[in-house]
Amino acid sequence: MVKVQARQVERHFFVRNSLGKKERLGVLSGFDLDIYEGEFLSLVGPSGCGKTTFLNILAGLDDYDSGEILVDHKRLEKHSFDRGMVFQGYALFPWRTVRKNLEAGLEIRGLSPAERRRISRRYLELVGLLAFENHYPHQLSGGMRQRVAIARVLAYEPGLLLMDEPFAALDAQTREVLQIELLKIWEADKKTILFITHSIDEAILLSDRVAFMSSAPGRIQDIITIDLPRPRTEEIRNSAEFAGIRRRVSSLLRNDFLKNMSFGGYL
Amino acid sequence: MTLRKRILITAPDFFSRSAGLAAFLLLWEIAPRIGWVRSTYLSPPSVVLRALYLLAARGELAKHFLVSLERVLIGLAVSVAAGCVLGLFTGYFRKVEKSLDLLFQAFRQMSAFALFPVFILLFGLGELSKTIIIFWASLWPILLNTSTGVKNVDTILVRSAKTMGASRAYIFLRVILPAAAPEIFTGIRLGGSYCVMAVVAAEMIGANSGLGYLVIYSEETFNVPEMYGGIVSLAVLGIGLNYILKKIETSFTSWKHEIISGE
Repeated sequence: MVKVQARQVERHFFVRNSLGKKERLGVLSGFDLDIYEGEFLSLVGPSGCGKTTFLNILAGLDDYDSGEILVDHKRLEKHSFDRGMVFQGYALFPWRTVRKNLEAGLEIRGLSPAERRRISRRYLELVGLLAFENHYPHQLSGGMRQRVAIARVLAYEPGLLLMDEPFAALDAQTREVLQIELLKIWEADKKTILFITHSIDEAILLSDRVAFMSSAPGRIQDIITIDLPRPRTEEIRNSAEFAGIRRRVSSLLRNDFLKNMSFGGYL
Repeated sequence: MTLRKRILITAPDFFSRSAGLAAFLLLWEIAPRIGWVRSTYLSPPSVVLRALYLLAARGELAKHFLVSLERVLIGLAVSVAAGCVLGLFTGYFRKVEKSLDLLFQAFRQMSAFALFPVFILLFGLGELSKTIIIFWASLWPILLNTSTGVKNVDTILVRSAKTMGASRAYIFLRVILPAAAPEIFTGIRLGGSYCVMAVVAAEMIGANSGLGYLVIYSEETFNVPEMYGGIVSLAVLGIGLNYILKKIETSFTSWKHEIISGE
């Protein structure tokens, strides 16, 4: 079952060039992508290839100029209760405690305070932050803040999770811990996730499929199925299969790079 | 912590903080007494204190103080209401803000004291023109701070609320308003101190009560100690108002203060 279908999506901006003239900058062009229900799909590509633009369009934060995007076989709507987005910069409300942050999405859906409390408790427990429910975001480390942000989105159970390089601002160790935590949480209820990252290793570890984008114009170049067994654990990083997939991806990207000089930036 | 210990810790801080004030009071007391300044023009604090005591005993001090306080609070309440609503509006709609900014900056520079004759012409000598001068003096800092506060709200917070499916009303009331609250309160405190300044001017023309009236009336009847008593009372009014506004601010924006002291 297909959750998201993007067909020939186009998005361009007008920017001023060095001569001060307005110039058309194509960000997405001929962008096609299917995301299946319950799938973990990563979108990888060089900076400026338009991957965040596509994510923002799906999130209802940006428009597209032409093409078609269907979510659950219906035209994408700007307003939806069925989406959740995790930002690289956490986007927590600094005046709210951890628990109140978690309850924001539930509040928007009009749940009663008792109901909100019950749900927020469950998700605080899930991310191991129950002891910090009355702390403010600035009293937490970056890793804890991102746990809160993830729990805040999970708490209202959206059908489509959008993650924009959620672990990019964290130190390497925290990032590895959170990757495994995200795997555990996702493998428990298999929500559809579109995950943006710069890191090929991160994409391979987490995803069912990895879509590679080219830049200028931004479109899908390759899609690779990651057939590592699930549930995946920490040890999989050191397995022969992981190394094999990594090698395959690298050689594929290198060939693409030779064929198409515009593709690169992350090899 | 025992009381003794607490005194030992806070006492040196208290003394160093009030050193300047104490030195000033001492100088003020000595100067007229040893003839540096004519005591007919400058009454020493001890004499001023006595005059204040007598004013209080006659019930006049409380009367004037409360009249001024009432005028300040009414003027401030009106400008907080108007300033916040207009500031939120102009901060939220960038285009409106852009076309009004120059006008507001010009109004802000336009002294309330210079406009007082205009208000008297338009609204007469009664309470209305007094309220309007206080309102005018405090409106602009509140309006402009609120507008800036709204403009400076981190867009990622608004975007995040949008992806959760939040309505415009929710984003405005539960995201933009609390995010802008610290700057709004800075404006309100600034407005509060302008109110106290403006009330003096308002009461010096065509009033028969209030601390401003007390100062000008004492000067005209050459009751110099009472004049200084009125001036000191105005300072107390200003400090008290600022203290209370600061308490209210802290209770609304405690998360912000914790960031400043915590990191």
